[in-house]
Amino acid sequence: MTAPVLEVRNLVKTFAVKGAFGRGRGIVRAVDDVSFSIGAGEVFGLAGESGSGKSTIARMVMGLSQPDSGDILIDGQSILGRGTSLAHRQQVQMVFQNPGASLNPRRTVGQSIRVPLDAHNFAGDRRARVGELLEMAQLPAHFADRFPHELSGGQKQRVAIARALAVEPRLLVLDEPTSALDVSVQSHVIELLEDLVAQLGLTYLFISHDLSLMRNFAQRVGILYLGKIVETGPVAPVFTAPQHDYTRLLLASVPVISAEEEALRPTIPMIDGDIPTAEQLLALRELSQTKEFKT
Amino acid sequence: MSVSGQKPLSNAWQNWWRFSRNPTAVVGAIIVITSVTLALLAPYVTPFPEHVGAVVDFANRHQAPSAVHWFGTDNVGRDIFSRAIFGLRVSLLLAVVVLGLAIPVGVVLGLLAGYFGGWVEIVIMRVTDIALAIPPLVMALAVAAVLTPSLTNSMLAIALLWWTWHTRLIYSITRQLRSQEFVEAAETLGASRAHILFREILPNCVSAIAVKTSLDAGFVILIGAALSFLGLGIQPPTPDLGTMVASGASFLPDYWWESVLPGCAILFVAMGFNLLGDGLRDLFDVEDVR
Repeated sequence: MTAPVLEVRNLVKTFAVKGAFGRGRGIVRAVDDVSFSIGAGEVFGLAGESGSGKSTIARMVMGLSQPDSGDILIDGQSILGRGTSLAHRQQVQMVFQNPGASLNPRRTVGQSIRVPLDAHNFAGDRRARVGELLEMAQLPAHFADRFPHELSGGQKQRVAIARALAVEPRLLVLDEPTSALDVSVQSHVIELLEDLVAQLGLTYLFISHDLSLMRNFAQRVGILYLGKIVETGPVAPVFTAPQHDYTRLLLASVPVISAEEEALRPTIPMIDGDIPTAEQLLALRELSQTKEFKT
Repeated sequence: MSVSGQKPLSNAWQNWWRFSRNPTAVVGAIIVITSVTLALLAPYVTPFPEHVGAVVDFANRHQAPSAVHWFGTDNVGRDIFSRAIFGLRVSLLLAVVVLGLAIPVGVVLGLLAGYFGGWVEIVIMRVTDIALAIPPLVMALAVAAVLTPSLTNSMLAIALLWWTWHTRLIYSITRQLRSQEFVEAAETLGASRAHILFREILPNCVSAIAVKTSLDAGFVILIGAALSFLGLGIQPPTPDLGTMVASGASFLPDYWWESVLPGCAILFVAMGFNLLGDGLRDLFDVEDVR
């Protein structure tokens, strides 16, 4: 087996929780000793609720923030210290969660897609390449002259995908690429992403809290809980025979429609509650370290 | 949405329509356009263009406003209306030069401070705070005292302080935009810092800059008039609205038109820019500009 496209080793990232008057109240380990690797052509899913550290991992892979410790390797080479180099940008690209916010409202679609072409000194007709990329994302080439506010959410996300593909990256980080879209549009975007894997031999790091989507789209998953990967493996075993309490809880809370899916649903007493705040997370962590709550 | 081939209204047309529905903006725009046109065409539209210079016509001194002399005549018999129109040139020149010098500097410093943060932000913003504490009028008086009282020196003195307002404005907008996903997206795409500052962030500041510039033009004209009133502006015999108010003031209240009517001209232009600025603010929906 060749070197994995992305390998993450013992990644740690902490944030200080500030109390009143800026006094330190403690430290949240947003990402806590996370390791995983993704092989070429694979779709690896990172699942977990809000605050579990999914997006923090994505930001570190993209070089938008630096880990406290651990290493990130792309094609066997560490990106730390060269996280902002053009070579790194050429290997990894990202599709952001909210297509409304990830496209500059004052620039046309064509101008936005040209940004990576100009930055990487694309040799050849850049105008033609923009049209080609739009077609690759299944959009008409004349959309290049439109402004983002003239497009629907799904169309905007296609533009964002086209832009990310401009420099022909090997790895695409998809940070909840469909969560800001209507359900009816979601499946089309996912279909596009599946087509692109087949066409271009891309590798995906797919981040989502949507477990049914994850089950259909990813080949392997990692379940993140409070910054730790509690369970990892191929989709089928993780989803049908979860080993960890948290995975079971997460699966139990997926709303299901068909009786078939209902039968698959593990039974566990529901713990209802809102998204935990940073302080609750601190308390939970203390609890998990002292009590019999198994990790 | 026009996948079906139905063309949406263009941005320019939509903006124009919204603009035309805003009475404040329209009145402001009309005043500004009228003032600029009159100032530019002054030699052709004024009844007595020769009265700009050191002309003396004692037979007609201190004449009240009439059909011939709309604003009356001054103490040496010159037509005040003609001189007021030429005076607009000086006021508008002052606004253009001061803002032309101050805005580029202020905007670039604001972008740098807002985007990079850290010591860049500390240095730029503390200098800005210090400069903000000095009133422009006092600065202009000080410069005139050290150098010579002239229009150039006054303009430089005001410009030297005026950039701070733009730095503050652009700094606060940039700080909000820096964490937006489209800025992060540009970073991950490999765009240079110059690209991010001037192509991604700056276009999102343009409407705020337009509003601020229009409001500023009014204030700069008022300060310029105050400086001329104190004798620190352009030197006679070139007509200047502030200077005309000052020289006419010695003939109050008998020959009131000699100071009041040039004063009204100052008010008219300054109000025009302010109305336009307020209207643009409503149009662009930018709230943090004052």
